Formats: sequence, C-alpha cells, structure tokens
Amino acid sequence: MSARPADLMGLTEAEYDNAVEILGRHPNQVELGIFSVMWSEHCSYKSSKKWLKQLPTKAPWVIKGPGENAGVIDIGDGLAAIFKMESHNHPSFIEPYQGAATGVGGILRDVFTMGARPVANLNALRFGSPDHPKTRHLVAGVVAGIGGYGNCVGVPTVGGEVNFHPAYNGNILVNAMTVGIAPADRIFYSAAAGVGNPVVYVGSKTGRDGIHGATMASAEFSDDAEEKRPTVQVGDPFTEKLLIEACLELMQTDYIVAIQDMGAAGLTSSSFEMASKGGVGIILDLDQVPARETGMTPYELMLSESQERMLMVLKPGREAAAEAIFRKWELDFAVIGHLTDTGRMQLRMHGEIVGDLPIDPLALASPEYDRPWVPTPPPAPLDRGHIAAPVDLGEALVRMMGSPDIASRRWIWEQYDHLVGGDTAQRPGGDAAVVRVPDAGGKALAMTTDCTPRYCKADPVQGGRQAVAEAWRNLTAVGARPLAITDNMNFGNPQRPEIMGQFVGCVEGMREACLALDFPVVSGNVSLYNETNGTGILPTPAIGGVGVLDDVTRMATIAFKATGDRIVVLGEATGHLGQSLALRELCGREEGPPPPVDLAIERQTGDLVRKLIADGHVTACHDVADGGLVVALAEMALAGKLGAEVGLPKGDASPFALLFGEEQARYIITVASRYESAILAAAAAAGVPAAVLGQVGGDKLTVTGQLSVALATLARAHEDWLPGYMSAPAAA
Amino acid sequence: MKSAIVVFPGINRERDMALALKAASGKAATLVWHRDSALPDVDLVVLPGGFSYGDYLRAGAMAAQSPIMRAVKDHAARGGRVLAVCNGFQMATEAGLLPGALMRNAGLKFICRNVHLKVANASSDFTGHYQAGQVLSVPVAHHDGNYFADQATLDRLEQEDRVAFRYCDAEGRVDDDTNLNGSRRNIAGILSEDRNVLGLMPHPEDATDPQLGGTDGRGLFTSIVEALS
Repeated sequence: MSARPADLMGLTEAEYDNAVEILGRHPNQVELGIFSVMWSEHCSYKSSKKWLKQLPTKAPWVIKGPGENAGVIDIGDGLAAIFKMESHNHPSFIEPYQGAATGVGGILRDVFTMGARPVANLNALRFGSPDHPKTRHLVAGVVAGIGGYGNCVGVPTVGGEVNFHPAYNGNILVNAMTVGIAPADRIFYSAAAGVGNPVVYVGSKTGRDGIHGATMASAEFSDDAEEKRPTVQVGDPFTEKLLIEACLELMQTDYIVAIQDMGAAGLTSSSFEMASKGGVGIILDLDQVPARETGMTPYELMLSESQERMLMVLKPGREAAAEAIFRKWELDFAVIGHLTDTGRMQLRMHGEIVGDLPIDPLALASPEYDRPWVPTPPPAPLDRGHIAAPVDLGEALVRMMGSPDIASRRWIWEQYDHLVGGDTAQRPGGDAAVVRVPDAGGKALAMTTDCTPRYCKADPVQGGRQAVAEAWRNLTAVGARPLAITDNMNFGNPQRPEIMGQFVGCVEGMREACLALDFPVVSGNVSLYNETNGTGILPTPAIGGVGVLDDVTRMATIAFKATGDRIVVLGEATGHLGQSLALRELCGREEGPPPPVDLAIERQTGDLVRKLIADGHVTACHDVADGGLVVALAEMALAGKLGAEVGLPKGDASPFALLFGEEQARYIITVASRYESAILAAAAAAGVPAAVLGQVGGDKLTVTGQLSVALATLARAHEDWLPGYMSAPAAA
Repeated sequence: MKSAIVVFPGINRERDMALALKAASGKAATLVWHRDSALPDVDLVVLPGGFSYGDYLRAGAMAAQSPIMRAVKDHAARGGRVLAVCNGFQMATEAGLLPGALMRNAGLKFICRNVHLKVANASSDFTGHYQAGQVLSVPVAHHDGNYFADQATLDRLEQEDRVAFRYCDAEGRVDDDTNLNGSRRNIAGILSEDRNVLGLMPHPEDATDPQLGGTDGRGLFTSIVEALS
C-alpha cells in the first residue's frame, strides 16, 4: 500500500501518522490490521493505563501482579492461586450464548497458560431492566452459554452476582473469572527467550471467526450492533478441555520456555507480547498455521480470534516429545516460526515477506492518553422528610425479597455444574464460594465477585471503596483471610469527561480500600465504550476477591443453625437510605449519597469477625448488604429454614430506615447462648459495636412491634421471581 | 477391591470418583486410557461422568465406540462389575450394556442440585447397604438424563427388579411432580440382567464427604467394596 487508505480500521488520524513514522512507509493491509488491534483500547489500555498504575499491586504474598496473563498469589504449602476476571460484554450482547461461552473459555486459558489447573469459575453479570424486551432473551442466552462451556470443560461454576438496571438495556456486562491452583515454583510466563528457539502453535485450527473482535470491543454500539455478529467467536469447550489436559501434561516437563494463550487479537497479540516481553524478534511462517479452511490470507490468519489456541516457545529439540503429548489429546501442533535477534516481526507466506514490523514501538509505544475528566458532582443529600416509608413493613420485606436484585439466583446456578471436581465446600447462595485446595489437607479458597454500581454512579470514590470492601467482607464472612483482587473495570466512553471522571473516581476509591485492607490488585481487565447510542452504563468496577481458609471445617455459612442461637449484630446502625435498594424498589427513587465506607472501621470489624469464626464459636455469619439488616436476616432464615425473633436495632432513625438502610461494615453472626457474653466482650475489646438483637427459632421472621412474616411467604417471594420471570411469555 | 476408571477425552468426574473409591476401598483406582484395548486385572470398572467428545453427537455415542469398550463389554460378559455414572450411563446404553436411552431433560436445561432418590432395589452388589424404600439425597449434574425405554422394556425392568433408583421427594413420593427430568417411571438408575452393571444419572461419588454436603452416596461404595472383598 503506497497511500493512505480510506479505512484506518479504527485508528485515529494521529495514530495512523505515528504508525507511518514507525515504519517509515505506509503499512500494508495486514500491518494496518495489526496496528489497529494492538492499539485498540482493548489491547493497549490507552485511556486507562495512567490511572491503573495508581492501584496497589504489592504484598508479601503476591508472586506476580498485573502484566501477565493472570495474577499469582502465594497460598502457603508451596502452592499458588492464579486468577483473573475478564469482560466479554460486547460479544455477549450481540450473541449471548457464544459471547458468554467464549468469555469463559478465554479466562480459563489465561489461567491454565500459567500452569494452574482451573478449580473454579465465577461470573458477574449485569442486565437491563426486566421490563426491557431483550432482557429475558439475553439472560437465557448468557446463562446457557456460561453453563454450556463451563459444564463441559469440567470446572465448577461456584459463584457470582447479577444485577438488573435500565442503564444496561443496550449494553449488558458479562464478566467471567477463573481461579486456578499451581505449584508456586512451577509458574509459566510469557516472555520469549532464546534466539532460534521454535515457536509452536497448539490447539484448534484457525478459522475466519472473530476477525477484529478487539476493535469491535473498543467502540460504542449503535442500532446496527447485531450486524456485528460475524465478529463474535464460536466456542468449543471439548477442545478447551483437551487443551487444558495437554498443556498441564506438557508443563510436567521442562520443555516450555514461554507460553501465552491466543485471546483478543489472536496470533497478533500473543506473538507480539511474547516477543516484546522477551526483547527478541520473531519470524512466523504463516503457511504452517493450521487453518480451518483453504485460501486464508495473512490478514485473516493474524487477526482471527478463533478460540482454544495457544502459542509456545519450546526449548530446541523438544518439539517431537511435546508434539506426542498434543497428538495423544488429538490436538493440532505446528512449529510456525522461530525467535530472532532482530527485534522485528517478520511474516512470511508463499515464499514472500507479507509483513515486517518493529516489535517494541508497536507493543510498548502504543498510545497513552491523559483523557480530560471532570469529577462527579456530589449527590444532593436525601431529604428524609420526603420519604414515604411503607406502611406495612412486612409487606415491604416480602416485596424486597422478590425484587430482581435480591431474588434467589437458584434458576441460574442450578444450570451450572458447581460440584464437579469434588471439592466444592460452599455452594452458590452464600457470601462467598469455598473450594477446597485439592490434596492440601483442610486448606480451601474463598471467592466472590462484588460491585454496587448504583453507589459508583452516585459517588465513584465511595462506590470504588465499597466494591473492594464488600469483596473483602464477603470473604471474611465465610471465615477466609482475604488476599488479593482482580478488577474488571466496565465503563462508558472515556472520551466523555464525565465518564472519565467516573473511572478516575472509582480507581481512587479502590486504591484507598486496597491499601487500607491489604488487599492488592493482581490482575484485571478494562472494558470501555459500554454505550449504545450515547447512553453509558452505570460505572461498574467489578471486583473478584480471593482469600484462603486454613481449615475448611471452620468455614462459616449464612444459614441459621439452631433454635435458641443468639443473633448478634456487629457494626453501627444509622439508617442510611441514600441509594439503598429499598428506596429504589419501595419508593421508586434512586437518590442521595451512597453509604460512606469508613475503611478503618471496616478493617476493625472484619478482623474481629474472622477471629470469632476461627475460634469456632460462630454458628452462622452474613454481611449486611443490599436491602439492609432485615433482608440479611431473611436470607439467613431461608438458608437455614429456621425463623427468628429480633428487636429493632438502636439508632436515631425510623424503623424503616433502621431495617432497610445499607450502612457499611456490618455483619450478623449467631452464637450459642453460652458464648453470648464472651462474644460481646471480644467485640468490646476490639472496639466494635455489638448488640444482641434476638434469637433463632420458629417458622416466622419477626421484628417485635414492626413485622412478622412466615418463612414460607418469604421463600415464595424469594424463589419464585426469577423462574417466573424467565418462563413468562416474551414481551411483544 | 481393585478398580479402574476409564478416561475418555472430555470426561471430568474421574477425580471425584477416584476420591470416593479410595475412601471406600482404601485403594487407589487405576486410570485406563480409552485407546487401550485391555483392562488391568480389576473387580470393578467405572465409566465416569463428564462430556466425552463434548457430547457433540449423542451423549456417550462416540465413547461407546472407543477401543477400550470391547474390553469393558468382555469384562461385563464375564460377570465383572461395571459402574456407569452420568455420561458413563449414557455410554453404557449406547454400547448396549444397559437397555434404553437418555434423552434431553424434559425442562431442556442442565440441572445441578441435590435430588432425592428412592432405593428400589436394595439387594444388588451396588445397593446392598441401603434399605428398600430408603430416601437418599444425592447431587445430579446433567443435561441429558431423561431415561427412555419402550413399555415392554420398562415392564421387564420392573418385573425383574432391575430398577435401582427412582427420583422422588423428601418423603419418598414417586410421581410426575417429583420427576426430575421426564424419565420414564421416574427411573434414575438401572441394573443389567445379571445385575453386574449399574447405570445411574446421579453422582453418588459427590455425596461421600460431610464437608461437601452429605454422605448418602457412601452406601453405594460400601456395598460394592463389601460385595467384592
């Protein structure tokens, strides 16, 4: 190509000029395609880099922070947990089954490429309003896709979260997280090394699917979104299962120098990243790439996002032994190139050089923008005088239990195999999932995903803090020691200063919480341009938290256990209704500031809870979150099939606010009556407010003088909403 | 008791099964590769759960054609015991080790949860530790567990006391309301004519550890270990 093309494939004019300067000439079609994907928002993080650098990424237990395929933490006994969360938002909106399925496949590869056997999947999902005509179809497709892939590949899907809000009507969020376990001294990285070493392609053949998926994922949607269906990839979980087994078998040897999955931007980004990290050049012979169909062009081979493929650099002379393993698992294996000392990527096909690019300028000198931003104005305080509290608080509780954001997710997680592997100690439905570490005595990992987007919208800094704090709290509530997080930053168009302001605010809140809670970020993913026709989603920094339980027999669950157990509330009741779910669901208002997160109190309270659980006196534990105290009590009662009778917590607010307010850093625990005074003394010693609210028993949930509802009524409301919604005829 | 678990491409509950067999028998099961043509000298062969060949054809259809299946059939013909769970049950029907077929669940969805099972036959090598009519809580995890056979076959299974388990509720009620997946006559597991092959959709191997939510599946493993020791 000797002149400027009309279609710059998503690059800006300035970025194109920079490409010309780097090459000293106009790029040809395949080269331009490579610039386009490598400098796409999705691959380059060009709008977010500046801010992400501010997040804390270090702790004594962090083995590898952001920058590799996934984060790695030390969990003791010579073992490491490897995990990451990643978005597949745009593809899932266009084609929900395959979009969600390949999202699961992609995040699994990020984890096993580092040498870990995946032991758990989670997913954080956000859909539009239940009333929107597309929502039901999207929920059905996404859930079936996650199940279809995860069930077949044999990794249990153990947890996650789901929200519904009109802001996601045109742009749903599908964030998938995988956690794996590896020997701490056998972690595999992606930096290529050793001039002359063979570059090996394994897995599925390359087809014409998903070309330019990364570019698509870096632009806003308009009404023609569905015409972009050909950019969505198709998943093959059976091949992924074989790829896991073959890679882990090869990793038992010492043949691998470097390994990287082919994710977004396929062969292009995997080869560039490996070469760039290792400071080497690479020659690829595209004739050797296993192709699904004949006549594929260099452009198609380099930019295809066909799934279930990996790229490796092997030690010389090990090709045959490695190939035997992949042949045993009936997978393709091809030597497609070798490393050089030129610092350039040369693409050859049919005896010609079809592309020749310098690696570092492309991979490292990708654009970095300091986008203009404006801070989100603080929300007006909530005028309590104007809140029409529900007259019948019992009826209000029933409505809350059957509201879309609180109703049971059983319909979803029963479609996921959450047991395969034989180590799921805490199934979906609790505060965090718990999976035993295979063959490691009683050690177990706790995992959760959390974010409250309505808080982030109202006050990004508090919302960012709260997302991290809630993940920390949920791990604490099962008795785990929180260790680290992965973050999946879902935002709108970063070229709008108010959206960039949301991003900056959330990062600041997250930073503060990570520091205060010793809870560093070890991996993450950014998804911007989540907009359709100029309307952005709620800012959604989804947090995936991982913690460790040294003795799984000490794990706590939310279920009430025994009649007569005392119900103790830790933390202070202030009746904070701003941005609460009750205000939205019962009063139709999304207003006010979100509950403030005091990180020192958060830490103090959580550390106490963890100690009480470890001491073995706590019979049940649940953090207070969406819906406030009374919803948390109802959830504990339904899980344990045991009622409770409690009094109103002390506080300077209305009964409605005290029961449904969402003030932070609170937990409900139950203890046998003989431990009551010891627990209160321990709380006093730790400086944590604690009050005995009542006791477990009966078949009703009663708040003396305020409400009394049969568990059967609560259970119906809680269990029936989602299956009822999903089986209702589609809206006209 | 010596046991072997056959590993087909795409199966995924071999670990769960190995843990349950080890706990019950004290001996580690041997893993056998599907392309092998001979079995080691074992008392029990297990066809485990998972998605052999992705279930891209009919569930179990491809695995039923694997080289090892001839040896498994020979083992069964000699009276050797075969435990076929979930995808293994599907393979066993495809291979002709057991009658009938497993179709898509009536609700068309994958189902993973604990279900109640009523023990119908408590006198086989696999079920001797249970009482007839006993109600168990055991997980299922399948998309294609809807057991089908023609009327004559179903009648024969019942006349010969070869129905091992039926789906029921906590009180042991067996009817359409307690039928998990549309299976004919609520059948969850059946025995071969010689009662040496058991096929079932639920996962007793995932109900053997109190930490993981129940131990009602242990009886099956205790039964087989005692019968074969």
